[in-house]
Amino acid sequence: MREIAVVAFAQTRHSAVDEGQSESELILPPLDEVRAATGLRTFGFTCSGSCDYLAGAPFSFVSALDALGAWPPISESHVEMDAAWALYEAWVRLQHGDVDSALVYGFGKSSQGDLREIMTLQLDPYYLAPLGLDQVSFAALQASATGAERAELDEIVRRSRADGRANPYALDLPEPAGEGAEVEPLRPYDIAPITDGAAAVVLAAGDLARELCERPAWITGIAHRIEPHYLGMRDLARSASTADAARAAGVGKGDVEVAELHAQFSHEEIILRRALELPEGTRVNPSGGPLAANPVMATGLIRIGEAARHILDGTASRTLGHATSGPCLQHNLVTVMEA
Amino acid sequence: MSNPCAVIGVGQTRYTTKRRDVSIAGLVREAALRALQDAGLTWQDIDAVVIGKAPDLFEGVMMPEAYLADALGAAGKPMMRVHTAGSVGGSTALVGASLIQGGVHDRVLVVAFEKQSESNATWALSTHQPFSASLVVGAGGYFAPHIREYIRRSGAPEHIGHLVAVKDRQNALKNPYAHLRIPGINLKMVESTPMLWEPIRYLDTCPSSDGACAMVLSSAGKLTDSTPAWVLGTAMRSEPIFRAGRDTVNPQGGKDCAADVYRQAGITDPRREIDVAEVYVPFSWYEPMWLENLGFATEGEGWKLTESGATALDGDIPWNASGGVLSSNPIGASGLIRFAEAALQVRGMAGEHQVDGARRALGHAYGGGAQFFAMWMVGSDRP
Repeated sequence: MREIAVVAFAQTRHSAVDEGQSESELILPPLDEVRAATGLRTFGFTCSGSCDYLAGAPFSFVSALDALGAWPPISESHVEMDAAWALYEAWVRLQHGDVDSALVYGFGKSSQGDLREIMTLQLDPYYLAPLGLDQVSFAALQASATGAERAELDEIVRRSRADGRANPYALDLPEPAGEGAEVEPLRPYDIAPITDGAAAVVLAAGDLARELCERPAWITGIAHRIEPHYLGMRDLARSASTADAARAAGVGKGDVEVAELHAQFSHEEIILRRALELPEGTRVNPSGGPLAANPVMATGLIRIGEAARHILDGTASRTLGHATSGPCLQHNLVTVMEA
Repeated sequence: MSNPCAVIGVGQTRYTTKRRDVSIAGLVREAALRALQDAGLTWQDIDAVVIGKAPDLFEGVMMPEAYLADALGAAGKPMMRVHTAGSVGGSTALVGASLIQGGVHDRVLVVAFEKQSESNATWALSTHQPFSASLVVGAGGYFAPHIREYIRRSGAPEHIGHLVAVKDRQNALKNPYAHLRIPGINLKMVESTPMLWEPIRYLDTCPSSDGACAMVLSSAGKLTDSTPAWVLGTAMRSEPIFRAGRDTVNPQGGKDCAADVYRQAGITDPRREIDVAEVYVPFSWYEPMWLENLGFATEGEGWKLTESGATALDGDIPWNASGGVLSSNPIGASGLIRFAEAALQVRGMAGEHQVDGARRALGHAYGGGAQFFAMWMVGSDRP
């Protein structure tokens, strides 16, 4: 495979409330930032991830082209998935060998609607959605199946929020407190916060990557797998698709110093850690992770960006970024990056 | 530079207003199974699945790839969901082809669908984001002014659109999958239908269809078919919808996209070197407009090509031999159908609407405010 690296990453200072910015206003600063960091104004390929249902209108990605200033017309595509999959599409496109750079971005304003209810719309419309189980109820089923101790979940949230407070881009959330359940066994603080935000990444191939930055975060493995949709067909305590993707991406071929995991509920971190077979020494979500900022549709891309950042700034030499999609970790993408 | 890719299987459903007998999953599975059967393969032979459809609001299912993973045999495999507005069907084929051209997979199933009967697409297209209110209703409301501007610039007589409306429906009578099959279709019939959006009459527009289309794409080493359709060139282009000064009648993105595909395929004179084209024409007037945009005619002259009969099935450059979008429009799938029909033509498998000896075919799709373009060129000879 052709050598491809993350050479720049930028994100918004994520917000828990609607600050009145449109999606195109939200994405412009991160786009400007990665352009400034790389000195690139044009890219061989551009790909983005977003979701119409967050905006409540079709074609939420169309106005982003205005922020991009896509003129003259650009070679561009879009996934109605987390932008981590846009990065995957861009990585594939760079494998063709005729272009050397790609711009990837994702954005989402979940403050505009009721995310729990909106996510219900991704269930089988005939047999599952009519049951009325929302996203948190689904997650609670998985949390029960995991059988995690309350103390372990609390520690995950405490650590994530503390790291989030130290991360200028994440939300400032207090120490987890309160014993009331949201949906048994999940408490309100086990759930990723409603967040508005955006992120952008630049990928570059071979010599261009070396030219653009001192320590490119080389993608040495990237793979994703989907599982059956119906929860009854899966062992909810395990994430087989994460384990498969990890094997395909070669996670176990070396030490993983930092892992950024797309865990939108505290128990998901436990499932993912196990599936990825991460050793004790791996730092999980030093950015605070999704429990400290969850700009839906950009959250997965941010995991890859954050994991890359540790290589770009020299604080780690092998890191992992994970992204997920679908109810109860149905679809998982694993990226391994090395200095 | 990239690895060769070929189409080895095509599957379509019979396009119709309402497929009450199947769920969304049943619809996409029907097309996928037919594509697998055409390729002589089973689900196990597929490395990855790419699915595309137009806005999720059309069926009210958000990110339906999660729900459709089971029906498409994707469990345990990579699955991607593409959405690039009306061009999405074309983009879906290109993302699938990209996986093979990039050397990541050997066999990819691409599927696109729309089950328009689950909701009302015109109204799903008429909700707008806060602070960008619009009085436009549906796609016809958006595109009619662009057509009027084309007529003003080119001086085309008003019956040109109707000629396309008749020609494409005549072709549809030869395509067993086509939705609109109107025996005895003629100019008078089109002229007598109500005006929807000046100058678009009822029969100048595409229908609302339920349907799905699928293709099996393969690397050169994993062919199962003796008559594959080789991918000779692929390109996508996008431009901003609100850019002042952008020409929405003859968009730069379409010109650039075509130029890129022609360059890859070694085409210098599209009208002479391309044998058949499946082009996204949802409103009849878009045939002359795209004839110019895609370089088959010089600017202002496209309508003369249409008028001369050159784009008819027995003309020198047949456009939409399948009946096109004007005859079948499961929106998200419409682009993929164009790409698949182009492949069928160069494989010699287009049945009654086969263009004799077709060796090079263009598949085209556009979307958004005529700002997203996806195209490919396929051929019978390996590049």
